[in-house]
Amino acid sequence: MRKYWIPLTWIVFSILILIPLAVLATGAFDKGTSGFIAALSRPEARHALMMTGLIVLVVTILNGLFGIMMGIYLVRGTWLSRRVRQLFNSIVDLPYAVSPVIGGLMIVLLLGPDTVIGTFFEQIGFKVVYAFPGMVIATLFVTFPLMVREVMPVLQELGNDQEEAASTLGAYSWTTFWKVTWPSIRWAVIYGTILTVARSLGEFGAVLVVSGNIINKTQTATTLVYQDMENFNVTAANGVALVLAIFSVGLLLLMERAKKRKGVH
Amino acid sequence: MHLEVRNLDKHFGQFHAVQDVSFNVQKGHLIGLLGPSGGGKTSILRMLAGLESPDSGDIIFHGQKVNQLPPQEREIGFVFQNYALFKHMTVFDNIAFGLTVKKMKKPAIKERVQELVELTGLAGFEHRYPHQLSGGQRQRVAFARALAPEPQLLLLDEPFAAIDAKIRQELRTWLRELIERVGITSIFVTHDQDEAIEVADEIMIINGGRLEQKGTPWDIYKQPSTPFVASFIGESTIVDEVSLLKGFDHEQSHPGIHALIRPEYIEVGHASEFPFLSATEKGTVKHLHFRGSQWLVEVQVGQHSLITYRSLEKETLEIGQSVHVMVHRAYLFNDQESWIAENRLKQDTLSMFI
Repeated sequence: MRKYWIPLTWIVFSILILIPLAVLATGAFDKGTSGFIAALSRPEARHALMMTGLIVLVVTILNGLFGIMMGIYLVRGTWLSRRVRQLFNSIVDLPYAVSPVIGGLMIVLLLGPDTVIGTFFEQIGFKVVYAFPGMVIATLFVTFPLMVREVMPVLQELGNDQEEAASTLGAYSWTTFWKVTWPSIRWAVIYGTILTVARSLGEFGAVLVVSGNIINKTQTATTLVYQDMENFNVTAANGVALVLAIFSVGLLLLMERAKKRKGVH
Repeated sequence: MHLEVRNLDKHFGQFHAVQDVSFNVQKGHLIGLLGPSGGGKTSILRMLAGLESPDSGDIIFHGQKVNQLPPQEREIGFVFQNYALFKHMTVFDNIAFGLTVKKMKKPAIKERVQELVELTGLAGFEHRYPHQLSGGQRQRVAFARALAPEPQLLLLDEPFAAIDAKIRQELRTWLRELIERVGITSIFVTHDQDEAIEVADEIMIINGGRLEQKGTPWDIYKQPSTPFVASFIGESTIVDEVSLLKGFDHEQSHPGIHALIRPEYIEVGHASEFPFLSATEKGTVKHLHFRGSQWLVEVQVGQHSLITYRSLEKETLEIGQSVHVMVHRAYLFNDQESWIAENRLKQDTLSMFI
């Protein structure tokens, strides 16, 4: 049986990942290197890649910050009742279960131009939906569980003995966090960051709904690929997609390396 | 430091962990909190440290109420049951932590750590990580780390629980000497009575969240103030029908009385070994166990089975042999009160002979 299963696994793997990746690469270069460069140097392509980069940057910082805080509160927050923490703990997983498109829709329904909150923000000159802030919120929604779910098990495993020991030795919470907690959760945060970057690079559904996909304004790399495909501009679509794919693969390889250095696998 | 605790009370949800506990600790004394698991010993210790806050009651250090002070400001050292060493720091950095936090100068830190490393016999291990140390060494690091910032009060939560029996004995003696040398007021929690008796100046027996008795090990052994203390400290057998014991028959006037008899209160032997035979009663040897330095004798007296020890120097008994048994004294108690009674016949016979 093993004789058949191994080739079968390879065939499935090839059909799902290797062949599409190869087609993507050849498709990007079907008009030669100049075609690839031309596709990427279009103003809308440059703008879209920049938007994606900015979103990745902002989302990774915010998600890192709030993800770590959420993880700490859920594990250590004894001032919250057990029930409340259990409730929050299950809500954290919501973005896994809810389709990103629905996530985006929720944001539009809550903060869109026709809503009370949306109107309020618009009046103070701060556009949320169909603008950069909305796209960040949508991507945050989708990536939120990644950091929390990396940090929480490590904190649970660690226990609070070391933190209590630090407090009896005169260290206040900020010092305790940096000197005692942080060195223990550092690797979990690095994994969480890498996953967040990879996920926000590739986010499509939620961003599409929230951004309105306005060219040179709110278009991201993924929504540009979608638009290029719609316009039968296959070479350009392949080119942008290839750039995204290279980044993602590179990130995952980086994570593998990081895991090896840490000695866990 | 002089420590005073008044009417300390603590609930965890529905569970009443600590109930109206009050006590004083003199400066420089070493106190053992002894009691069964789940009795509230650790909760008391954690409240002293500021890691838990009491529902009511006062904790007073040097005459100043410290209830509101966080652990950082209480000037205490705490040794955790599993040591809670900082895993990612070397022995040196672990010990130096409390000093670094205080922003002491580097050379001063180095000097103080060096001093503690020597004191705890950890010289040569400064650059190891906790996972490279044995249990006993980790315990010493935890101890050195707690002492480094020169605390006023040292709190130890089951300091020897995670160490194997042989090294535990060594560490006890070491700890006792070290605390004496440093001269710091210390409180440690234990469920091991030998440990408490051996190490502590004074023992506090804690059971069901209450302080049952506080006193020197000898006082507690000699004069237990509650039936729980009497049965918890040392070995004992409970006898329900006190009137059946010779020399204690007059005590039956008290309702619902029970007697607690320790092995060392009982003497067993042949008729010739007792000066006052009238104070003894007859029994049969049920079991004999060799205990290295003496015999443990189980003897059946009427319906009771009593336990005692017999010296190897005396003639060896045999199972089934009929012997005389003398109960020198018994700890008597009922629901309201408790007292120690001597064998009446032993006294009476004595006066008659004079």
